[in-house]
Amino acid sequence: MLVADPRSAAAWRRLRQEIADAAPERRRELLRERADRSRATDLRMIGRAGLGHVGGDLSVLDILTTLFFGVLRIDPEKPDWTDRDRFVLSKGHTAGALYTTLAACGFFAPAELDTFAAPLSALNGHPNRVKVPGVETNTGPLGHGLPVSVGMAVAGRLAGSARHVYVVLGDGELQEGSNWEAAMTAGHRRLANLTAVVDRNRLQQGARTEETNALDPLDDKFRAFGWDVHVVDGHDHLALLDAFTAPRSERPTCVIAHTTKGRGVSFMEDRVEWHHKVPSPAQIDSAIVELAR
Amino acid sequence: MSAPVDELFDCRVAFAEQLIELAHEDERIVAVCNDSVGSSNLVQFAKEFPTRMINVGIAEQDMVGVGAGLALSGYIPFVCGASPFLTGRALEQIKADVAYSQSPVVLCGMSPGMAYGELGPTHHSIEDLSWLRAIAGLGIVVPADPQETKAAVRWAAAAATPVFLRVARFKVPAVTGSRPFTFGTATRLRDGDDVTVVATGTMVSRALEAAAEAADRGVSVRVLNMSTIAPLDEEAIRAAMRETRAIVTAEEATTTGGLGAAVAAVVVTEPSPVPMRMLGVHREFAPTGSTAFLLEHFKLTAADIRAAAVELAR
Repeated sequence: MLVADPRSAAAWRRLRQEIADAAPERRRELLRERADRSRATDLRMIGRAGLGHVGGDLSVLDILTTLFFGVLRIDPEKPDWTDRDRFVLSKGHTAGALYTTLAACGFFAPAELDTFAAPLSALNGHPNRVKVPGVETNTGPLGHGLPVSVGMAVAGRLAGSARHVYVVLGDGELQEGSNWEAAMTAGHRRLANLTAVVDRNRLQQGARTEETNALDPLDDKFRAFGWDVHVVDGHDHLALLDAFTAPRSERPTCVIAHTTKGRGVSFMEDRVEWHHKVPSPAQIDSAIVELAR
Repeated sequence: MSAPVDELFDCRVAFAEQLIELAHEDERIVAVCNDSVGSSNLVQFAKEFPTRMINVGIAEQDMVGVGAGLALSGYIPFVCGASPFLTGRALEQIKADVAYSQSPVVLCGMSPGMAYGELGPTHHSIEDLSWLRAIAGLGIVVPADPQETKAAVRWAAAAATPVFLRVARFKVPAVTGSRPFTFGTATRLRDGDDVTVVATGTMVSRALEAAAEAADRGVSVRVLNMSTIAPLDEEAIRAAMRETRAIVTAEEATTTGGLGAAVAAVVVTEPSPVPMRMLGVHREFAPTGSTAFLLEHFKLTAADIRAAAVELAR
């Protein structure tokens, strides 16, 4: 099990406070800068490892950054704190985005990222809660995160805890039926302490979702299952913050976050081949230049 | 050396009684089920603990995921469903959310084996032991009678480890007496020095009957109740190899990967293997018939076990 990195955790605390205190435009800027730094870190990590899911990492990073730097009630130095909010990354193949975010929060030392996917590293291609603090359940096979999150939300209610459960789902994985079993359960039990965020980048591994097995109208589907739905630009940090902090009814919340796969790197954006293609060193350099602009 | 007695028990009754008793003692205990409140014998539990009975409806993948989420949040979930659907439908959830995530869920496979008789192979759960034995970190417990069922439930609630508990519906006599249940340890219910019968679940009482009948024919049969299939008590198997001349396994399950295969894997990797017979279902779907009929059809009666033991003793 990796251990917390107090220096990074202190930096996370300072930035989080600065973001909380900032005027909206400055807040947006701070979150965008932070997300783009994670993007650059992620690209270098994937280049080093020679594997990863770059497209989905880049699409989900604004969501992760907004949650970890603006929303989640967590303490990276106390990952077992009972009443922490729970965060589950159901689309476990974008572990790279999660690892860069957890490292930025101080759950473990950023230097560990150098070991991503190396033999015996704690940082597997898919996240493992037994090895990585901040990971709440092992994901990778699709359609697993939402049922487990429903169980966590039921537990939070049974315990009378104010903790909230956030789960990030890929859009393609909503083709798995297990999600809809869990969506029914959450709606039926009125799990207001559960928020599902759909990273709606409209691409799955091999093609567009709507060409493969169409998901739209996704908002109506969740509403029909008893959820409140917010549809937002998943790269607009303020819109995400608003959706996460909006007054809640007695229903679970679904945030459909419209995103672009490969976000921030012009030659990757919305291109299906960048699902898990590994960029060359030259491509990584040029991507990082773009992100720094 | 308890001779089998006439009274027969549905282990689900003992299961429910013990679960309710534990739930009174420990408020972390919850039940999760797939509409199977009745068939999992949870009606009384639901009455006494309405908020701790989480019925997700007919949705096994959700059921196991919800159980994992509860376990990862400090609860002790007993996730109950008919064994064919719990294990077959939610196998990947059992692997990823329970075993690999090390979430201490107690998976309760109700009415396993061929308990659903005439309902046919869709409702039989003879594959469960094979499927689950391939999953790392998952304990597999198959109690032989009501006493052992209660002891196993008590153990599982305290174990804080992923475990599958196979709870028989087909009625069995009480055979384990006051012997304690120790996870991972076989119990010797009868001593003998010619042949060892290693039996599990509903086959244990039949193995004892077989041993008594074999004694009449001058064959001394040891009976091991292998109530933990994983991890297997390999030392008990090695002792049987040293101290008796052959091994018969008996299970209400497919022999492809269950108890018989587990025992065989020990036997063939020792320097001096002993002859073996594996009684069970050999990669076949059952024809129509009651449970009792099917156990005869697949040669899983006391007489069949005795015949195998006597033949190997020659």
